Amino acid sequence: MLSRVADAMYWMSRYVERVENLARFIDVTLNMILDLPVGSPEPWQPLVSVTGDHDLFAEKYGVATQESVQKFLTFEQDYPDSILSSIRLARENARSIRETITTEMWEQLNQFYYLVRDASQSDRVQKSPAEFYRQIRQASHLFQGITDHTMSHGEGWHFANLGRLLERADKTSRILDVKYFILLPSVTDVGTPIDDLQWSAVLRSVSGLEMYRQQYHGITPERVVEFLTLDREFPRAVHYCVIAAENSMHAISGTPVGASRNLAERRIGLLRAELSYAQVQEILARGLHEFLDALQTKINNVGDGIYDTFITLKSIPVDEIMMQTQF
Amino acid sequence: MTDHLTFQNYQTEGFYDELFDAGGNPRAEAELLVWKINSLSAGELQQHQAAIERSLLNLGITFNVYGDAQGTERIWPFDIVPRIVPGNEWEQIERGLKQRIRTLNLFIHDVYHEQHIMNDGIVPAELVKSARCYREACRGLNPPREIWCHITGTDLIRHSDGKIYVLEDNMRCPSGVSYVLQNRSLMKQSFPQIFQASRVQPVEDYASHLLRTLDHLAPDNVRHPTVVVLTPGIYNSAYYEHSFLAQQMGVQLVEGRDLVVKDSFLFMRTTSGFERVDVVYRRIDDDFIDPLVFREDSALGVEGLMEVYRRGHVALANAPGTGVADDKVIYAYVPKMIKYYLNEEAILPNVPTYVCHEEEDRKYVLEHLDELVVKAANESGGYGMMIGPHASDEERKKFAQLIADHPRNYIAQPTLSLSRVPTIVGDHFEGRHVDLRPYILYGQEIFVLPGGLTRVALKKGSLVVNSSQGGGSKDTWVITGNGNGQMQSQS
Repeated sequence: MLSRVADAMYWMSRYVERVENLARFIDVTLNMILDLPVGSPEPWQPLVSVTGDHDLFAEKYGVATQESVQKFLTFEQDYPDSILSSIRLARENARSIRETITTEMWEQLNQFYYLVRDASQSDRVQKSPAEFYRQIRQASHLFQGITDHTMSHGEGWHFANLGRLLERADKTSRILDVKYFILLPSVTDVGTPIDDLQWSAVLRSVSGLEMYRQQYHGITPERVVEFLTLDREFPRAVHYCVIAAENSMHAISGTPVGASRNLAERRIGLLRAELSYAQVQEILARGLHEFLDALQTKINNVGDGIYDTFITLKSIPVDEIMMQTQF
Repeated sequence: MTDHLTFQNYQTEGFYDELFDAGGNPRAEAELLVWKINSLSAGELQQHQAAIERSLLNLGITFNVYGDAQGTERIWPFDIVPRIVPGNEWEQIERGLKQRIRTLNLFIHDVYHEQHIMNDGIVPAELVKSARCYREACRGLNPPREIWCHITGTDLIRHSDGKIYVLEDNMRCPSGVSYVLQNRSLMKQSFPQIFQASRVQPVEDYASHLLRTLDHLAPDNVRHPTVVVLTPGIYNSAYYEHSFLAQQMGVQLVEGRDLVVKDSFLFMRTTSGFERVDVVYRRIDDDFIDPLVFREDSALGVEGLMEVYRRGHVALANAPGTGVADDKVIYAYVPKMIKYYLNEEAILPNVPTYVCHEEEDRKYVLEHLDELVVKAANESGGYGMMIGPHASDEERKKFAQLIADHPRNYIAQPTLSLSRVPTIVGDHFEGRHVDLRPYILYGQEIFVLPGGLTRVALKKGSLVVNSSQGGGSKDTWVITGNGNGQMQSQS
């Protein structure tokens, strides 16, 4: 497979997953607000801190309110990770490998893009945000389902799978971080009914409340952290994502799992081993935020390793591309 | 959307209409179509039209609008009423195109070798050498099987005299064939009943023919050649087509940065190392394919590609240098070339053309600017052109000056009346002007795709069919036989 095509598969899939997770971030915050005691400050500022570019936000919007944060994270064109920017990038990548992906995937991604673009030109998100973010999640699920069921699970699919899983691992850890930021001012709330409601909201935001309950019944912060970071079977848990990503990486290279022949394999193998043998008590004792921060760095390093190992490309100027005459 | 569209009040308004004769009756080959459309229930045709437009958007079959920083995309408008070409007329067109392509290929080979045609004074050498797409670097090149122009899109028009004329030869990167295939596929999906008993010749096998044409060029010792389509990238106006053709042929779509020359062979960079490439269908200009030979600032091409090509280790379609035959001044000499190389008369006539380089012609052109269409020898897309009867005094003055300053760069032709095809305009049909671009493949033999791209000027009265200037497209049906007797078989 062409390196450039592999790269585009990876990023197409990664950007779609990013869109879905941003929708989840906003949704969890909307959910938490419903359960906050009357008079507490709304936790919109931490959302920008965890997900966004703080300086850009401050410069363009100033104060963090529901409206401004929602608008920034959803539609801001100058913020490269906003939902609109990300879906556009997903589509640009897909367009560059239009001949590799299936028509069904391409059609769904197009419709997904139009869904976001049309919303950016209307007031529907202000009117019914929950409904809009639910549609985003669904569009992403549909795209991923179509990808899994119309495309051969060969090298290209594995690159897409890698992109999706690494992005998801990163974002699940950040969703936990949002909760951490919100908790920070009121450590005394730990164990209160409010805390319980907030942790439920976190689980719900990763569609994990039901699976969590089947496994643990009662909600405690420790178990939630364990479930979202160390669970091997829940598909949005960090550990699950890293295991599945490692499998895809080895399917691409042909190296047996457990061995490594390149930088990408070494980095993901180390990360997987760490998660396989970690204990939640240790994580909390060391500090959840510090753990999550380090985790995100390691996931990034895996991404860089993939680029160095399989891709490495130069970029070309757009005006030269446009200059080519087609009669 | 419940208006009932029928042809009852349709007027040809004195123009040659592809579906109706001068008396307003459907031509034999169009009878069945007209009958079918007239018998649809109210609103049905519009529904099919809307379904097709929706599919175009969902499939992202769009083109990029240049000069727009946001990279705005638009659907290329499509009109559901097809243009119909009767089988006997098509046979004539097909023979004419084959004759023309064979000739142009001989001409290009000659130009880059012995230059007999110039030495014999048939085409002035100074015109050939001053053609913008003449490439001195291509002298002595021997493309595989001596084929230079593998893929051509020739623009044809029908004048009010009912005759088909050749307007332009597009021999570099003719685009639009993907629209032919998609238009047909969407028509069949959204409106299958219209095809029943119509005996429309299929176009679906174009990609197979194209792949066979490209395979034919592979170096002799390569049994299973690796063919790629080379695109400038997603920001190119025809990117959709590049990826579509690669997909339909089942070959890799590559960018210049995917390719690298090593040990005088061409390779592509893959996740597991380098893989050899044998045939490149390139959709980038000559100037950009190899910075070592042509523009050295090109980032789109591949360093050393021309040397690999010269050694016969890779084939390029179309061959570099082919554009010399694309020049609108050279075009004027094609009927003479046909006579010279094949000793035949041209089956498809040229539009009468005044070459401003020739003193007599230039004098005539300058005196008749208000009647003529003036074209720059090397522009496309409807740019660099003046339609005399519609131009302002100022424009005419500007072009008179341009011609006087650079006579070599201009030709002029009488203003032709393009034929029309009924087109949906609001709640009724109106005639709109069309041209026709058939696609010709030169491989083991010459293949002409039945039909081709019908471009339609959607603005009332307009003669400019280019997508960048308000043009749209239509499906083109070549009907087997002459269409007679179809009504009987229908009932």
